[in-house]
Amino acid sequence: MFKKIMVPVDLAHKELLKPSLDLAADIAKLYQADTCYISVTANTPGALAKTPEEYAQKLEAFAKEQGQLHGQVVSSKVITSPDPVADMDDAIIQAIHDTNADLVIMTTHLPRRLDIVMPSTGGKVASHTDVSVFLVRHSD
Amino acid sequence: MEKNSPNASSDKDAPVSDGVPAPEGPANLIDTDYVIGQDNVTTRRFGLDVDLHGKVFTISSLLILFFVFLTLALQDQVEPIFNAIFAFLTGNMSWFFLLAANIFVLLAVVLIFTPMGKIRIGGAHATPDFSYLGWFAMLFAAGMGIGLMFYGVSEPLTHFGTAIGGTSMEDGVRTDWAPLGAAAGDQDGAMSLAMAATIFHWGLHPWGIYAVVALALALFSFNKGLPLTMRSVFYPILGERIWGWPGHVIDILAVFATLFGLATSLGLGASQASAGLAYLFDIPNNDVTMVLLIVGISAVALLSVLAGVDKGVQRLSQLNMVLAFLLLAFVIAVGPTMAIATGFFKNLGAYLVDLPALSMPFGREDANFSQGWTAFYWAWWISWSPFVGMFIARVSRGRSVREFLIAVLLVPSLVSVLWMTAFGGTAIDQVITDNFQGVKDAALELQLFTMLGQLPLTSITSFVGIVLVMVFFVTSSDSGSLVIDSITAGGKVDAPKPQRMFWAIIEGVIAIALLLGGGLTALQTAVITTGLPFTLVLLVACYAIIKGLLSEPKG
Repeated sequence: MFKKIMVPVDLAHKELLKPSLDLAADIAKLYQADTCYISVTANTPGALAKTPEEYAQKLEAFAKEQGQLHGQVVSSKVITSPDPVADMDDAIIQAIHDTNADLVIMTTHLPRRLDIVMPSTGGKVASHTDVSVFLVRHSD
Repeated sequence: MEKNSPNASSDKDAPVSDGVPAPEGPANLIDTDYVIGQDNVTTRRFGLDVDLHGKVFTISSLLILFFVFLTLALQDQVEPIFNAIFAFLTGNMSWFFLLAANIFVLLAVVLIFTPMGKIRIGGAHATPDFSYLGWFAMLFAAGMGIGLMFYGVSEPLTHFGTAIGGTSMEDGVRTDWAPLGAAAGDQDGAMSLAMAATIFHWGLHPWGIYAVVALALALFSFNKGLPLTMRSVFYPILGERIWGWPGHVIDILAVFATLFGLATSLGLGASQASAGLAYLFDIPNNDVTMVLLIVGISAVALLSVLAGVDKGVQRLSQLNMVLAFLLLAFVIAVGPTMAIATGFFKNLGAYLVDLPALSMPFGREDANFSQGWTAFYWAWWISWSPFVGMFIARVSRGRSVREFLIAVLLVPSLVSVLWMTAFGGTAIDQVITDNFQGVKDAALELQLFTMLGQLPLTSITSFVGIVLVMVFFVTSSDSGSLVIDSITAGGKVDAPKPQRMFWAIIEGVIAIALLLGGGLTALQTAVITTGLPFTLVLLVACYAIIKGLLSEPKG
């Protein structure tokens, strides 16, 4: 049913990602789908990596780790931006197209009042793409 | 538009092979144990995520509150103090400002021609995040857009007046404000001296100042892996100590200068825009109009910071560039076209000929001009440099050093020459040819509109002028908020959005408080005095640039 799953991740918040990662692994196994882990990150040095290249290496290692859990083909993709907080939604929507994904599984927070001013990324992505999007709530 | 640069993406559809990949990034990152954001406070309050550098955010916020309170409560007491400090700086330290600014320009020009110009910001394989047009529009809007609107007409005209008036002496001291030796009674001489002096203040020197700060920050962040904040520039000198108090102080000072620089110019700008609106459309020029203007400008700036650099600041800057270009083309077309065309080269020539004398730090006879004008401008540009420099650095990844310096130093300087020639030249031409004294007699904020009033289609061009002024304020305000946000977040550019909203709002609130309570000018004076410590920061930046470039891999 699904050939390629795209999973947007933020390596800085791995602990929050667990539900969506587990789900992605289960679905990947079920449909024998490829999985692509993507990140949108700043081009400036950050806490996890001093360069986008270093971040890309970390994401690649992370993807491989995930691949060992579910045994399907994995890949990774880092999108850099001068202003990742603002460009996140559009970058993910573009990545769906670039990776030819037919399912997006991503973590999203609970609805909150602030969403009126700053809509959640997951919500925005789901309403701007024609592929299936599975939003997984994280508990916080 | 080249956003989301694909340079770093590694879309590997093939299975990931075994083994840890070999490092492929630049091999000369600074080796420090400091983790960006390690001093940050991350929490969630009232449903808002927060990610701040505890000390820098807290102390700069308190300091800002304290200064607002001080200026509001003790206006009459603090104003003379700020003025005295400022008079001392421009009076006794003018040689220092002039000398330092010359060093910045020399370094920037020399670097263009050295092999180090080939080094790329962000490493050899980095690709630019923005198109040339979008990049340049942002450089210009952040750097001086608003100033050109206000001084493009008035400054050439003022220098023309003082130059043609000749020199006057009292007790062996020059009392006139003319540049260099003036040009008493000589219309052509006065005009070329006036244009040379104006271009001097808006040409290579201000852009050299910005280029030095921006290049140092860009190098130490994108090539050396340090956070994008002012303190990183000090790494070659202070080493690991930049993570402690010396670094905090530098960053706090940068926040102070940026926030008050923006808030005071927003407040003063609102009163100028309000005067313009009153002149053009009979809108009452009062506090209500000014407050509404600040609220409106802040609201648009808020939307722009939410949309981000790419979709907010860049688009507004491009809009402004188009409008500014149309206005410029219009003035050239319907103004004295031939005089402007030949004037461009004449003025450029006059500028280059007078440059050594104008930039001479020692033994100046024209003390009023070199201290009251030049030193004032240098202190002003330098106090803006943390903000403009940080913003330029942030959008310049992927450019080579040479490309960067040509775009930040040479191109804007040439645009300034053209702008001053068109606007100032037209105004001077109106005085000389038509004997029209209106512009000269008009208030500073109305001079542009009075000049446009002598040309056809006044209502349209004046409206474009007003819109330009306001959008330039928006682009200063939004890029400033982004800069302050990343400094107070310890160099993170991906701090939660509410923080940048906070700074955009605070800026408007302070502008309104000072506008209504008084003290805008006093506080602006206080901001310009930060030019002195920042001159030292910039000299360190020069050293850091050379050291940083030399340690980049060759080839």
